[in-house]
Amino acid sequence: MNRRHFAAALAGLFGAATLPALAQAQTVPVGAIEILTGPAAAYGIAIKSGLELALAEINQKGVLGGRKIALTVEDSAGDKNQAINAARTLIGRDHVVSIIGPTLSTEMFAVGPVTNGRKIPTIGTSTTADGITAIGPYIFRTSLPESDVVPVTFKKAQARGVKTIALMYANDDAFSKSGYEVMKKSAEKLGLKIVATESFGTKDTDFSAQLTKIKALKPDAVGISALVEPVSGVLLQARQLGFDSHTLFIGGNGSNSPKLGQIAGKAADGLLVGSPWFIAKPDAANQAFVAAFKAKYDKDPDQFAAQAYDTMHILAAAIDRAGAADPAKITAALAKTSYTGVMGPFTFTPGRDPASTAGVVVLEMKDGAFHIAN
Amino acid sequence: MPPVLFWNNPMLAQQLVNGLLLGATYALFALGFTLMFGVLRVINLVYGFYFSAGAFLALGLTHLGFGIWSALPVAAIGAGALAIVLDWLLLARLRRRQAPELASLMVTLGGVLALYAGATAILSPDIRRLPAELIASSAYVVGGVRITASQILILLATGVLVTALVGLMRATRLGLAIRAMAEKPDAAGLMGIDTARLAALVSFLSGALAGAGGVLIGLNFNAIQPYMGEEMMLRGFVVIIVGGLGNIEGAPVAGLLLGFIEVLTAGYVSSGLKDAVGFAILVLVLWTRPQGLFGRATAERA
Repeated sequence: MNRRHFAAALAGLFGAATLPALAQAQTVPVGAIEILTGPAAAYGIAIKSGLELALAEINQKGVLGGRKIALTVEDSAGDKNQAINAARTLIGRDHVVSIIGPTLSTEMFAVGPVTNGRKIPTIGTSTTADGITAIGPYIFRTSLPESDVVPVTFKKAQARGVKTIALMYANDDAFSKSGYEVMKKSAEKLGLKIVATESFGTKDTDFSAQLTKIKALKPDAVGISALVEPVSGVLLQARQLGFDSHTLFIGGNGSNSPKLGQIAGKAADGLLVGSPWFIAKPDAANQAFVAAFKAKYDKDPDQFAAQAYDTMHILAAAIDRAGAADPAKITAALAKTSYTGVMGPFTFTPGRDPASTAGVVVLEMKDGAFHIAN
Repeated sequence: MPPVLFWNNPMLAQQLVNGLLLGATYALFALGFTLMFGVLRVINLVYGFYFSAGAFLALGLTHLGFGIWSALPVAAIGAGALAIVLDWLLLARLRRRQAPELASLMVTLGGVLALYAGATAILSPDIRRLPAELIASSAYVVGGVRITASQILILLATGVLVTALVGLMRATRLGLAIRAMAEKPDAAGLMGIDTARLAALVSFLSGALAGAGGVLIGLNFNAIQPYMGEEMMLRGFVVIIVGGLGNIEGAPVAGLLLGFIEVLTAGYVSSGLKDAVGFAILVLVLWTRPQGLFGRATAERA
């Protein structure tokens, strides 16, 4: 944002009329809509960090023969209407050629129809709900949908002897609800018996009633589909209520954050979660990314930052291959993406979803940190 | 089949304890809120921020080596002091000019949004928790019912604070002055009560109650983040409205009621209906008793 403001101020010196021409000649405008304020801001800030780290690398060379990408990140505050306004602002004011985001699937279901209608290629980096790319031909995503990740985790649980499972999910969030549907389908497909289904609100802090009910049913496992904050709350309260290590907790994609260990500590021990990315993946590209991220932000990257980092590179490469800062050409180029980044080899399916699930690893929480589960 | 009662049904017993604890949490949060409204006649939306501030002050103090028994009162006093300052900055001027209540409400709305956003920018939105070793985390088990030390602390603190506040209001000259000011601020002023000083004192008391609530609730739920007060506000509204706006005895009763209703709905009907039932009761109470369950029927001020 600072860069754009600086460019605008500079352009202002030459008079307002020259501003659009000057800005377009020098930079390729790209927008992002992320949650930067409010209770879920941690996700948007991680994504913004990943995008900006990649952007700095990209702009050393530039795209389309030396033009820099100018990234404008708008805050959605997790609000659908604010996200739609942000999309309209980015398209109308900044003339962006592509939009990255928004952060939540709920927001994408609101923003996608708008950007798709304006034929602006839109790439979700963290939207894992079912049906995202079905919004239209300009909607892409680089995040593996839960329906690809969860079955891998559940198979691991079954191999450890799990036969009955209770499911819990946040019922006020599209991501969590769709994750629950996926868990339900995966459990049915594997022949696991679902003994209870309980819901809660994303901002709830008390889960005692639901957990007391589940505890009385003695399931082998509890699957939780929600963002990391409520998952941490559920685990902490489960230990207070006397759930022990005989019950295997299984998280959806929301649990896949180092914050789980920071908030829940020992209470999260034993939790299984499938992940499209893992900080300790040993390949050189990933280790270089982790080192650069730590150097710039003084903290570990999470999956959301990694996905955003790859997506910025994927988009820059597509702009380059498109040969022009033109949304239609960029859309066509995106579809032909073949890129190897920190998530592993990446291509899109004809439905604009990620094609490969080979990179999925099942992780287990131990002493506040994730390790590859055996 | 014998009747299923709580002494031979550990699950129901646990659910009743869960309801009691959740209700105590709501009561603890609402106590200062209803005091502030009852005396100062303003729905002060900044209240939730004092709750967050108390929790963060305690977090900072424990990092400096304070234990829970010293961090709790210091954080409460800090939140109270903050409440005096913010009340003076945001509302004292409007009170002097006898501005309409809507103006005061909007000032506190703008103020609290700025405070939350500012706090998030400085402190980051990450969830933190008080050090786990601050209080024993293992649960006591009595007849199949589990309860932790932090939960017992919430129950005790709620009981003590409610009793102390009711005692202060009913049995002291200061309480008499506060009640006089709540009833008729102008007349109270004419009778020689320093209403500006009293307003500051009430701000301090409610801020301190909010701060203490923030510490204890943050300790129990392990979820301290800048917006934590904002998320309690909706429940806080239900509790003070059902309890009768400004009614200090009504708020704890309404808090317990809401806690039991939410837990029993989630435990025995459907967890998806928990909020629907809680808020439907708010509507129902206001339909039948617009002044709240324990409020007085007549308008207290023309």
